[in-house]
This record gives sequence, structure tokens and C-alpha cells, in this order.
Amino acid sequence: MVKEIERAGITVVHCCSIVPISLTVGANRIVPTVAIPHPFGDPAKTVAEERALRRQLVERALQALATPVSGQQVFS
Amino acid sequence: MALELGRIMVEEVVLGEATWLAGRTLVVGREELDDFLRGSDARLARIDVSLASPGDDCRIVCVKDVIEPRVKVAGDRIGVGRTLILNGVAVVTCGQIVGFQEGIIDMRGPGAAHSPFSQTMNVVLDIAVVDGLSPHQHEEAVRLAGLRAAAFLAEAARKARPEAVACYEELVASAGSPSLPRVAYLYMLLSQGLLHDTYVLGENAQGGLPRDISPLALLDGAITSGNCVSACDKNTTFHHQNNPLLAELLARHGRELNFVGVVLTNEPVRLADKEASARRAVALLMELAPAGVVISKEGFGNPDADQMMLIRGLEQAGIRTVSITDEYAGPDGASQSLADITAEADAIVSAGNANARIVLPAMARTLGPLADLSRLAGAYPQSLRPDGSVEIELQGLIGATNQLGWQRLRAREV
Amino acid sequence: MAIRVVHYLNQFFGGLGGEEQAGVGPSLVAGAKGPGILLERLHPDLLVVATVVCGDNALAERPEAMVAEILDLLAPLFAAGQEERPQLLVAGPAFNAGRYGLACGAVCQAVAERYGIPVVTAMAPENPGVEQYRHAVPMVATALDVGGMAAALGGMAALGGKLVKGVEVLPERDGYLPQGLRRNVWAAESGAQRAVAMLLAKLHGEPFATEYAMPVFDRVEPAPAIADLSRATLALVTSGGIVPRGNPDRIEAANAQKYGAYSLTGLAALSPASHQTAHGGYDPTYANDDPNRVLPLDAVRELEATGRIGRLHETYFATVGNATSVANARRFGQEIAHRLLSARVQAVILTST
Repeated sequence: MVKEIERAGITVVHCCSIVPISLTVGANRIVPTVAIPHPFGDPAKTVAEERALRRQLVERALQALATPVSGQQVFS
Repeated sequence: MALELGRIMVEEVVLGEATWLAGRTLVVGREELDDFLRGSDARLARIDVSLASPGDDCRIVCVKDVIEPRVKVAGDRIGVGRTLILNGVAVVTCGQIVGFQEGIIDMRGPGAAHSPFSQTMNVVLDIAVVDGLSPHQHEEAVRLAGLRAAAFLAEAARKARPEAVACYEELVASAGSPSLPRVAYLYMLLSQGLLHDTYVLGENAQGGLPRDISPLALLDGAITSGNCVSACDKNTTFHHQNNPLLAELLARHGRELNFVGVVLTNEPVRLADKEASARRAVALLMELAPAGVVISKEGFGNPDADQMMLIRGLEQAGIRTVSITDEYAGPDGASQSLADITAEADAIVSAGNANARIVLPAMARTLGPLADLSRLAGAYPQSLRPDGSVEIELQGLIGATNQLGWQRLRAREV
Repeated sequence: MAIRVVHYLNQFFGGLGGEEQAGVGPSLVAGAKGPGILLERLHPDLLVVATVVCGDNALAERPEAMVAEILDLLAPLFAAGQEERPQLLVAGPAFNAGRYGLACGAVCQAVAERYGIPVVTAMAPENPGVEQYRHAVPMVATALDVGGMAAALGGMAALGGKLVKGVEVLPERDGYLPQGLRRNVWAAESGAQRAVAMLLAKLHGEPFATEYAMPVFDRVEPAPAIADLSRATLALVTSGGIVPRGNPDRIEAANAQKYGAYSLTGLAALSPASHQTAHGGYDPTYANDDPNRVLPLDAVRELEATGRIGRLHETYFATVGNATSVANARRFGQEIAHRLLSARVQAVILTST
């Protein structure tokens, strides 16, 4: 999916837990996330900590969207 | 220290009042078993006990686990002493769906060829739990009921004389001729939470792995399944009890190869954990100094990444690998089969394309909650047709693309 | 009963002439021409009922229009009753002629799709038509030039006959080029036996054949960076299966056949009351407790409120990426991209589990 969206000329960032799969599939902007069942969260943290973590990951995704890349790049 | 596995060749299973072994006939006390199970866990509301034998006009749906009944009659720990097995018998648990990934067993017809459990005499437990349980409690209650039922049935074999006894000695690394290649087994277990867990010596495999383990402990049932990845490539407890890859390595030990040991590893949900597990597994294997390693897998998708990391790590350390994997190439076989790849994976054994569709004819008898069938992984909303037949991907059949290499099915390029 | 065949030829083999006739559009003639006559003579079980002839340049320059014209020319034949309808399309052989090979591939693919009959062509493995059409069209491998005519016709006759009868075919046995499709077969030994045997061969330095050769994934040019996020429209897409409670579109837990488009209007965050996961590939507990853990709407809304992003697109797209075939994922991606473009979305956060 990510490649077809990018092929259409839309800037896309792939946020996923298992980066090697994203690299294999061919996403260009990749942001690693926490874990498969909760990419944007961590049930071990308090609600406030988890929200801060999520905000931070989304900020990183935005930063990736705003960064020129020439090929695959992992923003961690 | 040795292990003896004695097999009692059961030829028939019937329902009766009390549970006992009459020669080669296992009598299952239906009410007795029901009372025993509900007496041991208040979370179980209702258990329907029925039988399904090879060739029966019968379909079992929403199967959770399959267990071979065994009883330990000598020896104080797993992997040591003597264990008796009701050969040919399996306990099959099914019931209301917890997640999406329970599966189907057909006792006859085209589906039967795709599951080893079309060939066993199945004591089927359709289990309903009390209201108000969390999914985790529901899963645990059903899982433990299956294990308890298998142990309960196997008690009938305690005094029996097995017809076939296989003796296994602890592996001695220097046993075979030094000219034979040293081969180890890397055994990947799914360990990702509700319906995706495996238990090693009673402990959840999310912790404590990778580790090495004695092949004798594996033969003696060290691993039980708490998981339902897609039915086709989950390893049921029965698969773990009778691991075909382990059997193959033991059979060739000292003749064609020196089998030097087994390392268990997990398939965690975080990338850093995947990388750490892969590193640790490779390090543990290197201590065994193998020339080659066979790798079995459980599940698909993200576990492909684990498998590729392991292959890369071993090959780069100079250890040759062969890996078993199934494929998800789409119903037409035109899509990419794996979620992850690596150039070092030059020796792959295919366990078949799980997306291939099959039509299963209607059966006279269905055990388990038929209403949930179209929600199984591999099914479509319209999978259950009005005439009672089922169109489904092989994904939905228990054991169809087993990655311990149980089946003969493979995919090839055409 | 002989098999009723339609034969496709280029201007040269169709007897119109050489390169000077390559611009001629398609025509339909009754019966066999050129190689078709030889085909019937060598293989009396085939009857060429009609031949389509088209210039190589005409088809190469305007493929869509020419193929459409050919389909129209054939329509009356397929409107006939079951007893007269063509049963097989044979194209070529094209040997190593590139334009001709591409034309054979295009015509075969179109006829198979439109009229649902088996098709077969033949060309040299080096022909560019192979790479472009081998996935869709069975192709008999030929020599580089007409010296291989009889063998090519024989190969097409045998393969075509099996395809019409619905007999299972295999590339090495039936002499056609592998189509890159994965098909299930029963091996003589179990996977465990094959794995150990393969390892021993590998360790002894003996030849062995992997059962799945590593594929090459294609790559796409990165889209440009977003210059000013505070003026951009951002959309959310997920393969993590987050859907409105009750899964209104019944998206499958595995091998999804569809995606959903769902409104975010009026939502500051997702909640267990409003949304859930439909994904069957991971422990659903955490996503069901707080769906923002997979689709981080709450954080995106905060950033929208602060002006960090211009606007969040009020529709998000969701499917289940669990054993979902690449073909379906590609289709979902194309359709979603189309809808995003028409909504003037410039940036996408795509989340996966």
C-alpha cells in the first residue's frame, strides 16, 4: 500500500514495528514504532506517559514527511 | 538418563460410562470426563464430548488445540523415565471463537489430506465457558481443559503394556563418527500474546528464550501450544509432541549426521527484542559448533523477519542453513510469498501456499460452533455456502502448511 | 472433434508483406494462413476457424486501440453457439521478433480476459514479450528464428490441447516458460525429510534446489518532502485493522479482500466504545483497550490544533494487513491514493502493526 501511495506522488511515512519488513517491501520514509500489538503505545506505561510517547512518535513521522530523502531512510 | 516412549496401539474409541482401556479399545466415560473437567475449573460452563474418527462424515470447526494423551509411569521429570502414549488418539478442543484464528479439521473428503488429524481418533471437546470471562481467561480455561482431558484419558493406559517401545539416549556430541557433519535444530516458537503464545515446560515462551533444550524433553512433551496463528501454520501441542523434524534428525543421527542439539527461540513483537533473540539464538547455536542448522517456523508475516534474521546471522557466521516456511502468494499464486527476505536464504523448503482455496463438501455432522466458521482466518463472509459446503483458504485448515515439515504439500513455480 | 482455433499472426506471417506493411491495422480472415496451414497439417486435432492479421507497428504504436479493434473483430465468432465458438487462441510463434512478441502477448491476454478461453503463444526466451506477459500468458519457448517453426507449432498444439481439456500443465513437462505463479503440489516426502536432505546436500557441497528462490521487490522513487506542514492536508491510513465498532464492512481478519473508508469528523480521539481492531494477526487486547495505540488520532488532533499540520483529512482508510496478498495490497493502495489525490491530500501517515 505504502508504495502505491508514494507512486501516486503523495508523500508517505510508514510507521511500523518491524522495520526489516518495511525495508523489504520498499517504503522510503520509515519510523520505527513500539511493538506489533501496540505500535503507538505501551501498556506498561502510565496513561500520561503513553500519550507523550505517542505524540513523540507522531512528531517524528511529521519530521520524516518534511525531510527530503533520496532512498530508504529509517527515522529513529 | 534415557527416555522410553511406549505406544499403546489403540484401534477404536467408543463412548461409555467409565474411562478404561479394553484391549485396543479406549472407552471414554463421557459424563465422567465432563464432571472431571468442570470439577477442576469453575470457568467451564458446558462441555460436549463427542468422537470423530478417520473417514467419518464429520467436520470439526473452531478447533483450538489437539493433544496426544500421554501418561508418565516412571521417572521424576520430563525427558526421563517411561511415558505411555495412547497411539492414534487425540483430544481436540473447540468452541466459541476467542479470536479469529481457530481452524477446521475434516475427517474425510479433500480437506482430510491437508490435516494430520483426519487420521487420528479424535475425542472432541466442544467447550463453553461461563459468562463474563476476559479473552485471556477464556483462552486459558479452554487450553487447560484440553491438557487435563488428555491426561485424564491417558490414565487408562497406566497399567497397559505398550506394543512398541522406543528408547532415546541423551545426545552425546561425540557419539557419531567425526566425519559426519554436525547438525543442530533451531526451533522457532510464536510468543506474541493472547492466542499467539507457546509454553515451554509450563512457562510462557515470551520469557526465558532463546535457550537450549534436550531433545528428550521435547519428545516427552516439553512444549504445549496456547496459540492460534492461522490454523494452517500453528503448531498444535500434538505437533510439538511428535515434531517430525526432530524425529528426522534423530533417525539420521550417527548415520548421516551428528545431531548436536536444539535451540528454542521466540518470535517477539518488538524489533529490538527480535534482534536480541536472533543474536542470542545464533550465539547459543555457535556453542554447539554445528556445520549446519535446520530452522522451523511458526506463524507468518512478522515471523518471516525473525527467520530471515536468524538465517542471515547463521550464514554470516559460516553456519549453513535450511529453513522451512509456508507461503502467502495469494489465491492465484501471483503475489510475493513472504513478508521479508534475505539474500542468504538460499535453501528454503516450502510448506505450500496457504492462500490457495479449497472447497470442502458438506458433512453430515459438524462439531463446534458452525456459526463462527466464516470468521476464521482464511474464511470469507460467504465461505459457508447455503448447501453446507465451505470455500476457504488452506489457511483455515489445522496443520495444512505446518512449518515443522509435517505435510508433503509444497508450492512450486509454474 | 477437432479443437476450434483462432490464430493471430503479424503482417509478415499473415502474408500481407514485410516491413512496409507493418502499419496495417487488424483484419480477420476465415480459415488458416501461413503457419496456421502448417499447424493444421501437423496437428489434425486442431482446426483454424479464423486468422487475425495485424501489422507489428500498428499494434506497437497504438496497442489499446488495436487490441480493442481485434476484440471487436472476434466478437461475432464468440457470439455463436457452444458448438461453433472458438476454444483456443494461438498467437505466433514470434521467435525473437520483439514487436511481434509483445503483440502476441497483448492479444492473448486481452482475449483470455474478454472471452475466457485458453490462449497460448510461443517465442524465444529472449523476446521482450516474455518479461511483459509471461505471468498472464502461457508461452512455449522457441528457437530464435523460423528454423524452429515446426517445434514451436507442435509445442503450442500440445499445450493448447491440454489447456482446452483442463489438464494440469507444468513448465518443464509441457515445454512452456515458467509464469512466476506459485502452485501447490504434493511432494514425495514430507517437508521435514526434504529439509534434512537439503541441508545434507548443502553441507556436502552437492547440488540442491531451493523450493523458493528469493524474489526481488520493486522500488519506488521517494516523493518530495513536504515544504510546509502547517499548510498541508494529512491523511491517516492503517493496515492495523482499526475499524468502527462492529466492523461494518466485515473486513476479513486475514487476507483482507477490501479496505474501509471511515469518517473522523467530530472525533478528537478513538475510544473502545467507537473503534476496535479487526486484525487477526496480533493480540487484540491493547488495540481494543485503546485504538489510538494503532491509529494515533488523539496525537494527530493535538498537532492539528497547535497548527503543526494544516488539516487532518476527515476520512481515514483501514484494512487488515495479515496474510493479505501483495496483489490486493497494491490494489487497495492504488484506490486509496486515487481518493487521496482527489481530496488534495499531500501527506500520509500509514501505520502498521
